[in-house]
Amino acid sequence: MSKYYLNYLDELESEAIFILREVWAQFENPVILFSGGKDSILVAHLAKKAFHPAKIPFPLMHVDTGHNFPETIKFRDDIIKELGTKLIVGSVQESIDEGRVAEEKGKNATRNALQITTLLDAIESNKIDCAIGGGRRDEEKARAKERFFSHRDDFGQWDPKNQRPELWNIFNGKHFEGEHFRAFPISNWTEMDVWNYIKRENIAIPSLYFAHEREVVWRQDSWIPNSEFLILEDHEEIVTKKIRFRTLGDITITGGIESDADTLEKIAEEVSGMRQTERGNRSDDKRSESAMEDRKRQGYF
Amino acid sequence: MLDSSQLLRFTTAGSVDDGKSTLIGRLLYDSKSIFEDQLQAIEKTSQKKGHEGVDLALFTDGLRDEREQGITIDVAYRYFTTPKRKFIIADTPGHIQYTRNMVTGASTANAAIILVDARHGVIEQTKRHSFIASLLHIPHVIVCINKMDLVDYSEEAYNKVINQFEEFSSKLLIQDIRFIPISALNGDNVVNRSANMDWYQGAPLLHTLETMHISSDINKVDSRFPVQTVLRPQSESHRDYRGYAGRVASGIFRPGDDVTIMPSGFTSKIKSIDTLNGPLKEAFAPMSVSMTLEDDIDISRGDMIVRSNNKPEASQDLDVMLCWLHNDAAKPRAKYSIRQTSNEQKAMIKEVLYKFDINTLERNKEDKELKMNDISKVKIRTTKPLMIDQYRENRTTGSIILIDDATNETVAAGMIV
Ligand SMILES: Nc1nc2c(ncn2[C@@H]2O[C@H](COP(=O)(O)OP(=O)(O)O)[C@@H](O)[C@H]2O)c(=O)[nH]1
Repeated sequence: MSKYYLNYLDELESEAIFILREVWAQFENPVILFSGGKDSILVAHLAKKAFHPAKIPFPLMHVDTGHNFPETIKFRDDIIKELGTKLIVGSVQESIDEGRVAEEKGKNATRNALQITTLLDAIESNKIDCAIGGGRRDEEKARAKERFFSHRDDFGQWDPKNQRPELWNIFNGKHFEGEHFRAFPISNWTEMDVWNYIKRENIAIPSLYFAHEREVVWRQDSWIPNSEFLILEDHEEIVTKKIRFRTLGDITITGGIESDADTLEKIAEEVSGMRQTERGNRSDDKRSESAMEDRKRQGYF
Repeated sequence: MLDSSQLLRFTTAGSVDDGKSTLIGRLLYDSKSIFEDQLQAIEKTSQKKGHEGVDLALFTDGLRDEREQGITIDVAYRYFTTPKRKFIIADTPGHIQYTRNMVTGASTANAAIILVDARHGVIEQTKRHSFIASLLHIPHVIVCINKMDLVDYSEEAYNKVINQFEEFSSKLLIQDIRFIPISALNGDNVVNRSANMDWYQGAPLLHTLETMHISSDINKVDSRFPVQTVLRPQSESHRDYRGYAGRVASGIFRPGDDVTIMPSGFTSKIKSIDTLNGPLKEAFAPMSVSMTLEDDIDISRGDMIVRSNNKPEASQDLDVMLCWLHNDAAKPRAKYSIRQTSNEQKAMIKEVLYKFDINTLERNKEDKELKMNDISKVKIRTTKPLMIDQYRENRTTGSIILIDDATNETVAAGMIV
């Protein structure tokens, strides 16, 4: 066999770098949406590669729900320092205080849907014309049809039935004033690809992904971490378990799994044997069959 | 999965009810790529719809509209991995906007699976799909003759379809065609070899996809490097660094190579090929790198760095096989933006030479309106030269899209002939 071919991880990496450079070339004011989760860390890493030896030429943006894991915020601030880029923070708490959105009530209340308003407000006020996200098509069925360059109208909405066709590697990011794009450089990666690549490149990720002892409560089929926001039901009980998180979202809704995987090797091995999708532990996606699609139409990540 | 594993992209085509969704579901299921929670969701829906057992086809149902109407309306992407390869499926729907969707899915595919119902044999849709696969120059085509269980797994039925297929496909340019008799529903010859068809000597579908030789499909002769953007760090450590960032479209580049910058025609030598992980001794398609040159030359996005001994044609007049993708028909002599690699210019469709009747493969020279899903041969004139290769030689430098400046929509995709 010829030696002139790339393995799958190199090909995915090259594709992502290509997309990131296209974004930079086609838009005035892009940002990387940074949640502190592994997918957005991966995107930041790929952006570093795309523009080396220059710095990443655009800011990172964090939509802060106020319901964070403290580890996530520390990690975010460290990575910003390392990359030498600017950080923009959109605050859900501010949106609530300003009366732009109303907080959900009850024990399963989340600020997940509220992020949409804060995100769109931050995009508008910072005149962002392209928000780069770490969404992957294998995550959820509504994402399977997402384009690399995904158009949003001037209300920030996605129209899945009316998407621009994307052929070869030619990406059309043309837009009118007020509209913006979402770009998804790691569209074609699966969860397994992400872990294999993080392992190969030895990319730093928050400690939350590694198995650790934590106070948790069993709720909706997963271990929800104890936090200042947790409201206990009568029958619920806080216990200490060795767990890790497969995805990171709000501390109030992100469930952990019991695990002993405390190295990247062990995580990759564990993930390859997993029989549940990673979003299966997130109660935001359990609300209905089309929960993700409904949020995405409105402007969600 | 091995470190050396490659990525294979394929598209699936078939007319409605040929079993496309079932086949994809089967591939994912038998290769253990369906997660338990996904399976449970499908089981629940299957019961609700009154199916007995699990309807694997449900796994590929994407958006709400489709779930409600029971049809697929857009290209959706699926992923699965085996110990040998990673696969990306561009799942293109059967009916409305069919051509548009299949062309989209086919544009990046290494292989196409065309499904034929063993009971019905080759039908017009089959011809259409094969024509598009040939037009988009998909290197490998696998014709899966499905529902063999409904024709008693008969070799005659299978051979009959092959004969029908070969009869018309001789008119097409497909490098590599293979035939596999399968039952997507029962799993015969999909992942596992069928016990019901001893007469079939070939490999099952998955094994075929896993072992198909794809690294020679990329053009390694014509070295083309479209510049996406220029990297100028202006930092302490890289004060004078000027890197040309891009993805190698084809061919191989090495430091020391004599190169020409198109369209300016300036020449220089490659000084270095850089990545975050360090400099490279060579770069080939589809690697993303940053290139520096020995000389200070004014180079920007849209320019192309090529080996001096092998240049593309710089031309303002293109003959293009154009597929119209938009609801609004082409406006006569209207101006569009044309994109080819990183280059963008204005363009006009000067003349429609003929339109393909996609069912009969005949050329229609009377009807010259370009409507959604039409495939036509046209002459395009651009305001400035594009650096082009023929699509047959180079899928990256031989492809274009047209954008309507009034709406910013992508309205057409074309292959340079
Ligand atoms: N007997 C039999 N039925 C099949 C086979 N493959 C698919 N079907 C059935 O054909 C119908 C259409 O299949 P589906 O996968 O939805 O077709 P699509 O429209 O091409 O996606 C369904 O009722 C399937 O169960 C097969 O190999 N044998």
